[in-house]
Amino acid sequence: MSLRDAVARNVRDGDVVVIEGFTHLISFAAGHEIIRQRRRDLTLCRLTPDLIYDQMIAAGCAKKLVFSWAGNPGVGSLHAFRRAVEGRTLEIEEYSHFGMVARFAAGAARLPFWTLRDYAGTDLPKANPRIKSVTCPYTGEALATVPALNPDVTIVHAQRADAQGNAQIWGLLGVQKEAAFASERVIVVVEELVDERVIRSDPNRTLIPAAIVSAVVVEPWGAHPSYAQGYYDRDNDFYVGWEEISRDRAELAHYLDEFVYGVQDRAEYMEKQPRLLERLKAGEQRCAGVNYGF
Amino acid sequence: MMAAVAARELADGEVVFVGIGLPNLACNLARRTHAPNLVLIYESGAVGATPSRLPVSIGDPALVTGSLMVCGMADVFQLFLQNGRIEVGFLGGAQVDRHGNINTTVIGDYKRPKVRLPGSGGAAEIAIHAQRILIVAKLSPRAFPERVDFVTSPGQRVKRVITDKAVLEPDDKGELMLAALYPGIEAADVKAAVGWNLRARARLDRLDPPTATELQLLREVLDPKRLYLKS
Repeated sequence: MSLRDAVARNVRDGDVVVIEGFTHLISFAAGHEIIRQRRRDLTLCRLTPDLIYDQMIAAGCAKKLVFSWAGNPGVGSLHAFRRAVEGRTLEIEEYSHFGMVARFAAGAARLPFWTLRDYAGTDLPKANPRIKSVTCPYTGEALATVPALNPDVTIVHAQRADAQGNAQIWGLLGVQKEAAFASERVIVVVEELVDERVIRSDPNRTLIPAAIVSAVVVEPWGAHPSYAQGYYDRDNDFYVGWEEISRDRAELAHYLDEFVYGVQDRAEYMEKQPRLLERLKAGEQRCAGVNYGF
Repeated sequence: MMAAVAARELADGEVVFVGIGLPNLACNLARRTHAPNLVLIYESGAVGATPSRLPVSIGDPALVTGSLMVCGMADVFQLFLQNGRIEVGFLGGAQVDRHGNINTTVIGDYKRPKVRLPGSGGAAEIAIHAQRILIVAKLSPRAFPERVDFVTSPGQRVKRVITDKAVLEPDDKGELMLAALYPGIEAADVKAAVGWNLRARARLDRLDPPTATELQLLREVLDPKRLYLKS
């Protein structure tokens, strides 16, 4: 399926949308497609909104942001996010990373909430009344709780999947498994489509099974400027450059015009940047493999 | 100097939860000098990482290649951090107060922020669960107010605050005190850069400047592009 069709069918105005991936495997291709299709009033959830949500906020897709760390890692701020919060045009619901992970874990297990030892002495529960506490029925200990997060749609970028959507990921795993299992619909975007035999030859590497997948899309370099371990490196220069682009509204609008609205799809986005391949293509460091025999 | 002082705080074989920026540099410096068996755990899920380049972000692919284990973030927070397996946690922040509380959330009122900062990330739970917290932050009266505008990470487990002029340590009631000075710095310089009446220990330590080896590693191997080293 094309990404255009997958987004058209699975992402609706007003949805709770998750594009997960901790630094690694962030589906910029899907974020750009949502911007192109001018989805509105979305509740965007992610641990680290990253550049992709900064772009979606700037493009007017978001009504609300649910997050735990909103910065440009190692660089500075997400300026569209900051303008929206400081100008109070974006609703926010804020947790810590553990809190967000716990919300997805509860959602994936179809429990109403998750317990964690956290937040004692912090001001986070004052800022977010949805962080509550419960008394342990066994020990009497007060434990923090966070509510389950069950998105309407979760989009995960993976290195490879078969045609049914059995998706394999290696490298940093983030919270993709929990987010996908918590979600009503799941779009899997992959670097490579492989035969089912490839998946079956190494089942321990499958993070997301076809049973929970609504759409499978093949989109090479679909995570750029994020990265895909074994395929291409993170485009740190782009992340550093985002500081200048996002600081200025007009610059940011110009970026969206050229690289998002100005292209039809990821293939055109890549054609515009022919040097990415030589600059970022991954080197070789293969693992030995194991014997699955019995 | 800050990176070298922070690196010296780490003992060989310790399990360290590594944050972004200067702590990252300090941990990798320690690993290449006196603490080759330091176990670096990044909240991104890399355990026993041995990055061959200085990671720009804590999710860098170089953290994965050659590490001992890669796990999901639910495992990082539940099985390592909440489980009590982390000995040292490094934190930074826009504001650090008299009691070592850290603010990385907002300057001003939460609902009407003057400056919106990134937020907690893992910092709230690192401050609560790591056995020993080291703070790395540059001194200024704005950065070291009497009270932070927002407590993102509570200060109870803070053991040292490594600044660009001196090292502060909590007294037995948890109030930060001047404990050690960098070369060429006087106690008055530090007191002037703190937003409360900073008390000093009766006997102040004098810290050695970075060694030639530390400087060479920092400048030529770990951060040749000067991502974190400004001077």
